[in-house]
Amino acid sequence: MGTTINYSIAGDKTQNLNLMQKLGLTLGAISLFILLLTWLTGLTLTPNWLYLFILLFGFSAGPVLYAIGTYKGLPAGIKNNGVYFNSLTNRGALGWIGAIILTLFYVCLYWYGDWFGDGTGAKGANEGTVALFDPLSQFMRGAPADKWFLYGTFYTVAIVFLGVKFMYKYRKNRYHFIRTVVVMFSQLVLAYILPYVLEGLNATAGGYYSLNPVNAWPLNSDFLTGYRIDARIAPENQPLGVAYMVWGIILFLIVTPFVTYLVGKRWYCSWFCGCGGLAETAGDNFRHLSDKSIKAWKIERWLVHSIMVFVMLMTVAVMYSYFSKSEFKLMMYFPAWVGYSLLFGLLGLAVLLFLFLYFKGKGKSRNFMLVGAVIGMVMIISMLFSYLGNSSQAFGINSNTIKKGYGFFVGAIFSGIVGVGFYPLLGNRVWCRFGCPMAGYMGIIQRFKSRFRITTNGGQCISCGNCSTYCEQGIDVRAYAQKGQNIVRAACVGCGVCTSVCPRGVLKLENGPEEGRVNDNPIIIGHEGHPTLRR
Amino acid sequence: MEHVVIIGNGIAGVTAARHIRKKSDKRITIISSESKYFFSRTALMYVYMGHMRFEDIQPYENHFWKKNRIDLIEDYVDEVDFQSKTLKLLQTPPIHYDQLILATGSKPNKFGWKGQDFHGVQGLYSKKDLDLMEQNTRGISEAVLVGGGLIGVEMAEMLLSRNINVTFLIREKTFWGNALPESDSNFVTQHLNRHHGLTLLFEEELDEIIPDNSKRVKEIKTKSGKIIPCQFVGLAAGVSPNIDFLKKSELETDKGILVNPDLSTNQKDVYAIGDCAQFRTPINDRGPVEQVWYTGRMMGETVAQTIVGNKLNYQPSHWFNSAKFFDLEYQTYGRVWAKPKDNETSFIWKNDKEEVLLHFVFDKDSKEFKGINTFGLRLRHELFEKWLNEKATIQHVLKYLKTANFEPEFFKHFEKEIVESFNQEFDEKVELAPKKWWGKLMKDKV
Ligand SMILES: Cc1cc2nc3c(=O)[nH]c(=O)nc-3n(C[C@H](O)[C@H](O)[C@H](O)COP(=O)(O)OP(=O)(O)OC[C@H]3O[C@@H](n4cnc5c(N)ncnc54)[C@H](O)[C@@H]3O)c2cc1C
Ligand code: SF4
Ligand code: SF4
Repeated sequence: MGTTINYSIAGDKTQNLNLMQKLGLTLGAISLFILLLTWLTGLTLTPNWLYLFILLFGFSAGPVLYAIGTYKGLPAGIKNNGVYFNSLTNRGALGWIGAIILTLFYVCLYWYGDWFGDGTGAKGANEGTVALFDPLSQFMRGAPADKWFLYGTFYTVAIVFLGVKFMYKYRKNRYHFIRTVVVMFSQLVLAYILPYVLEGLNATAGGYYSLNPVNAWPLNSDFLTGYRIDARIAPENQPLGVAYMVWGIILFLIVTPFVTYLVGKRWYCSWFCGCGGLAETAGDNFRHLSDKSIKAWKIERWLVHSIMVFVMLMTVAVMYSYFSKSEFKLMMYFPAWVGYSLLFGLLGLAVLLFLFLYFKGKGKSRNFMLVGAVIGMVMIISMLFSYLGNSSQAFGINSNTIKKGYGFFVGAIFSGIVGVGFYPLLGNRVWCRFGCPMAGYMGIIQRFKSRFRITTNGGQCISCGNCSTYCEQGIDVRAYAQKGQNIVRAACVGCGVCTSVCPRGVLKLENGPEEGRVNDNPIIIGHEGHPTLRR
Repeated sequence: MEHVVIIGNGIAGVTAARHIRKKSDKRITIISSESKYFFSRTALMYVYMGHMRFEDIQPYENHFWKKNRIDLIEDYVDEVDFQSKTLKLLQTPPIHYDQLILATGSKPNKFGWKGQDFHGVQGLYSKKDLDLMEQNTRGISEAVLVGGGLIGVEMAEMLLSRNINVTFLIREKTFWGNALPESDSNFVTQHLNRHHGLTLLFEEELDEIIPDNSKRVKEIKTKSGKIIPCQFVGLAAGVSPNIDFLKKSELETDKGILVNPDLSTNQKDVYAIGDCAQFRTPINDRGPVEQVWYTGRMMGETVAQTIVGNKLNYQPSHWFNSAKFFDLEYQTYGRVWAKPKDNETSFIWKNDKEEVLLHFVFDKDSKEFKGINTFGLRLRHELFEKWLNEKATIQHVLKYLKTANFEPEFFKHFEKEIVESFNQEFDEKVELAPKKWWGKLMKDKV
């Protein structure tokens, strides 16, 4: 083979920063400094409101100014020049440093909250970084901050302001504009302000449960655990608690499958979800780092569906134990058999759904739906044995142990550290692609029973590879496009970036009749004589 | 087992190999001296601009070839002996073929300019050219491009992405004037002018390249006597078939390798496809040599059928193509000639602010739709193919324009204005139909 040239020395001119970029970087650096200082030394800066303001201002205005400096004066269009020459976006030193800082942040957040000064002071007062957030927390919910409040605030700032950056980068693209506005709204209002304000109004006086109305089961794997159900039906939490309970059930049972049928899983993954929102905004510069190989696709299918099945299993186990214990609140109103029938009914429904998808679905992979149905059946049968044997555990394992394991491996390590911490190394959608049970659930619907697909434009593809490279879900879009085949993939989150980066206008996200959606033997047009062609 | 050997691993050769494999068990070998694995030539620019790495522009993973039993040889074929059906290569022992497919592509034109071989002067066609361009443009600040076509504009975009100022010498009065009507080419020019660092010089030609002491280009002189300092000269004045190594053989060639309608040559069991083929009798309204990606692909599909026993003639359907001029996307369906044919007339609609131009061509009398150029607005290939086949009228096309729109969801629509403007200009009463599912429209007869 010929020599491989290193294309990375892009002439030093492109590295020159303009004033706006320098300003943005400075603001960001000041914030980073305050964060690191308070985090690593535990120093409590006063007055905290001032430092909080500087911190948040730097993290919000910094990236926006930098983006304006970068894209200002350029005509609207694709802005990927130098992506592979940049140390931050090409797994260079900056990328590694970023990943390490983010990972340490998550480690401290999950296991070493003390490092942020979470309740470490006298009488449980906050110190260090968390102390900076006290004024905001007091203002929003009338209580001092904690590490989760700090995290929620950073998270929201990241989505909102890097969302602005994203919109500016893709300006004139109305699909990106609208979905980014929605995801910013969803994070800021539904996931951040609303829950904290409700909390401040004592909505969770009778026990804590998630007040984010778009945090759907099975992503919110806690939704149906005993103490969360109890919290929702606690008298002090009414009428909101029951409303959230009912909404939550409607959300996963009706809204999710139905909307996914109509428009694909994108409505959630790149319009409403917080994880997806962060990936699209803060993670935008890392989307090309996803692995496109067939091997990665295989791992993805096994992993994401195993986790999904696991969450379902866990939920069933937890609920089963719940029904067997009369001390739980709900069980004061219902005889246990109502609960059990509900559980058997739900599992039965899942089995039917799998069978339905098996018979309705197209392509070889629908066989997996049969596997799903069998898993469901096995669960029903083993639960039946437990029930008849009067055991309080559904599958002969302690449901709490399963839950702890899930919380550690999936909740913390996967969704936090690998999912976000490794943005600069593995791309921005690792969690969404390999881990998220909600994505698994919707992916199955999207693959087998949905109106959504990405249509390819006749014979126009030049196999350039931009679409595959910039697909954050690691889908080899080109492999379909160059054959004239529609892209119907469980993983596609409908971000629409493949469409944007395609230089030949080949791809279009569409909802339409299911007929002809999966076209395994497509016709590439432009060529009358070819035997596989029309006429 | 029969041995099919393909020289050239571009889109034409690789498509042929894939389709032969789909339909047969023949032994298949692809030889190329450029790279072991197939890559997308059209995407070379993106590697230079840092959008992708070189491995990203390879459409198949490396294990694909083994899995599909397609042998790859990275070597140069020096000579073909058509009598004994053997290929002589530079480093590999001679190879015998039963059937030979020549898919050797093109090479950049060099018109014997004075100084064309100095350092810093090059074309852009191969991976080697890309590597050379990387070296030639490091740390420089000014470049000159010769030839206002598609590769030229890509080179301009590449250079500008590295903050190198570009002066573009264009022989014609307008940009890509031999392919685009004046209105369209002015529109493209207008877009190009929005990019800082790019200077377009129309009706200018290269006269001489002037080197410094180390034989590196230092400036150029144009035919009108202008001196332009530069450290790089890009030659983008078209390409021609890459067949020099065959010229001395008994294979019949002209500009390219002469082929019959079924892509066979004057030698038994030897075919030629892609950029290097030249049709003895041009098909329909097409040129004898067609140097585009799609035709290479379609010829590959065709020759594969013949090789596996379903003898097939090359029958391309309606012309289509696409390109991107910096941020301005261009698609075309059917024929929009630079100079309209007799009896053809145009309807042009444009919106300068949004950078959209649609150029419809139709028959003055029968109103039959002939073709469209579209800039800044994506249109659906399938529907235009159908309309061209069924000789739809311009009114019909305009009526269903909403359905033919291929823009992403929520994008601005212009159909109403377009139809209104058409009605006004031609005193017509076309009523715009609401958007339908396009699949439904495909089934309707025109
Ligand atoms: C920069 C650039 C951008 C382009 N953009 C577009 C576009 O956007 N749209 C479009 O439609 N077209 C485009 N084209 C044209 C398109 O790429 C070509 O038409 C197409 O690639 C030709 O394919 P091919 O298979 O015929 O030949 P090639 O891709 O040229 O492949 C021929 C191969 O054969 C090898 N070879 C030749 N002789 C020998 C020998 N004796 N021994 C061993 N190996 C040999 C060559 O090294 C080469 O690798 C572009 C071309 C360039 C250069
Ligand atoms: S296929 Fe396209 S729309 Fe789907 S996730 Fe990938 S880039 Fe986004
Ligand atoms: S970006 Fe467009 S042209 Fe390039 S490979 Fe993908 S679909 Fe084809």
